[in-house]
Amino acid sequence: MNCRSEVLEVSVEGRQVDEAMLALLHTILLHRSTGKFHYKKEGTYSIGTVGTQDIDCDFIDFTFVRVSSEELDRAIRKAVGEFKEALSNSGSDGMGQISLEFYQKKKSRWPFSDECIPWEVWSIKVNVVNLANEQERQICREKVGEKLGEKVINIVEVISRHEYLPKMPTQSEVDNVFDTSLKDVQPYLYKITYQITDSLGTSVSTTMRRLIKDTLAL
Amino acid sequence: MDNDLSPQDKKDLDKFIKFFALKTVQVIVQARLGEKICSSSSSSPTGSDWFNLAIKDIPEVTHEAKKALAGQLPGIGRSMCVEISLKTSEGDSMELETWCLEMNEKCDKDIKVSYTVYNRLSLLLKSLLAITRVTPAYKLSRKQGHDYVILYRIYFGEVQLAGLGEGFQTVRVGLVGTPTGTITLSCAYRTNLAFMSTRQFERTGPIMGIIIDHFVERPFPNTGHMHACDYRATGEEDGVGYPGVEDSQEVCTTSFSTSPPTQLCSSRLSYQPPMPGAADLCYPAALNSTNPHQMVLPGKEGGVPLMPPQPCHGTQAEHGRVSSCPPADPGHHLSGSLDLPFAAFAPRALNSEENDPMVHPPESPTTASPLHGSLHSQDSVDSAGQTQDDFVMVDFKPAFSKDDLLPMDLGTFYREFQNPPQLSSLSIDVSAQSMAEDLDSLPEKLAIYEKNIDEFDAFVDTLQ
Repeated sequence: MNCRSEVLEVSVEGRQVDEAMLALLHTILLHRSTGKFHYKKEGTYSIGTVGTQDIDCDFIDFTFVRVSSEELDRAIRKAVGEFKEALSNSGSDGMGQISLEFYQKKKSRWPFSDECIPWEVWSIKVNVVNLANEQERQICREKVGEKLGEKVINIVEVISRHEYLPKMPTQSEVDNVFDTSLKDVQPYLYKITYQITDSLGTSVSTTMRRLIKDTLAL
Repeated sequence: MDNDLSPQDKKDLDKFIKFFALKTVQVIVQARLGEKICSSSSSSPTGSDWFNLAIKDIPEVTHEAKKALAGQLPGIGRSMCVEISLKTSEGDSMELETWCLEMNEKCDKDIKVSYTVYNRLSLLLKSLLAITRVTPAYKLSRKQGHDYVILYRIYFGEVQLAGLGEGFQTVRVGLVGTPTGTITLSCAYRTNLAFMSTRQFERTGPIMGIIIDHFVERPFPNTGHMHACDYRATGEEDGVGYPGVEDSQEVCTTSFSTSPPTQLCSSRLSYQPPMPGAADLCYPAALNSTNPHQMVLPGKEGGVPLMPPQPCHGTQAEHGRVSSCPPADPGHHLSGSLDLPFAAFAPRALNSEENDPMVHPPESPTTASPLHGSLHSQDSVDSAGQTQDDFVMVDFKPAFSKDDLLPMDLGTFYREFQNPPQLSSLSIDVSAQSMAEDLDSLPEKLAIYEKNIDEFDAFVDTLQ
């Protein structure tokens, strides 16, 4: 099974980075989260309800929909915050990429650690621009809003292809497919990583951030 | 072919499609209410949230959707459409977008109905949630208020896109294959919104490149659709239910496995009551013969009611008001003027100000105001008094005045001198004349001054 890979590119102003990333990551996670599974006897399970909420961006003319889960939002904001900080510390170039990877765990026998097999990776390439005056910023607000709208349409188009999704697990396997640590929703297992590119185009720092507890690699 | 599908699967599929259609309408209409939508996640399944999504049901919207469907389901050649349009406070309207739930003939025989189709429909609803915030009408709907409102109309049958103008764009929300066909959900939206910023909808001339049809009395070209029970396609009868789909069985499947789904209690949707404005300002189909339902919420300015009811009502009121106002009749405006309705608005002579009880309370002295007095220049007190026939002459006794000290008291003084003659320098003719004279006499005066220059110098010396 090949991992599906999608790349999205956006150019934003510095203060728009957070909201642009949140908008796209939450849109993807909206489609990749279900309600909490409740297993019953005889192998049946029922699924909880996913709520949604509209979020207005402050620096972009855009509104996106995210899953109503404060825990999930906090986790995504933390990752985006780290990415933004790395981006601003990197230098004047302002290019980077944040990746959202959905994976499955495959149990291995000791002494080998569990494998993480990605089945879908979304990469968002960010180019940070500097603007000279307020008029340019206003135009940028609208333009980036339109661009994000196009990206949402791209995301939805990929989702609607209904390509590979992990099959629904049994109770014992659910933690290999879903992140069951949240109390109100259940996204597929995911991790967010980012890379900052310097002006030479090489990767200066590859910082891996694991948001989900993974088994320690030997 | 349908006979490959088990009866239970067929029944489930029909139920899924029905509730998917209803939820689709809810998502679209709620996204155009002009407010942010928020619903909570719940880890425990309640059994009433279809497709495992917390989408509230606005009863009126469900009612309209069911009416439009009239017991049928979206199928091949039978599309369910939600049309979103904009209506200004002047009564102009324009279609903004049309959401189409259609079905084509491409079947997916191997797909599992109760599991895969259900989950994919859930995914499609999530995509719909995302896309409804992206089309241009979303921003317009968030700003609706005094100037315009957003309306919706649900219809069933053939898709009508002519009202979207030229160059409309289409975005596909998604598709789900089923054993009986592929469900597709898409949106066609108008792109020519450039004039929205000026909000000038002129009734003449295609300045914006839009056909004039949009701005006639009946805004919608296909008025036949609007009249026939508003939302029902022709030929459909009441009560023809699609076999197997029963309204009473509003149980949504939330259990998945090979074993039969868990039977849960019927829907107890925990929706919040609609905004106070919505129920009051929406128009039931019976009263609203021409226009789609108006989802109206208090405007952005915090609870201020939105534009008044249909413009024609307002216009009638206007006419009604004007007609009750008597025509201006100078001959009558003085006598019995207080009896005339809307007397304050009737055109009258300038001296009518005294007749207005608001300006002069009845107890006030009969003497006219100074303003009035000056308009009757060169008139004596008597003539001024004579024009006030309907006022009672009351002897004006100012306070603290004594008759014996002065030959005239304050009141007499006031009356005598309230009509002073106009200053000659202020009268136009005199001033113009004198101006010309002054200019002409200047050289002479200068000559005289020059002759007497010694005297002036001596005068200046005395001042120093």
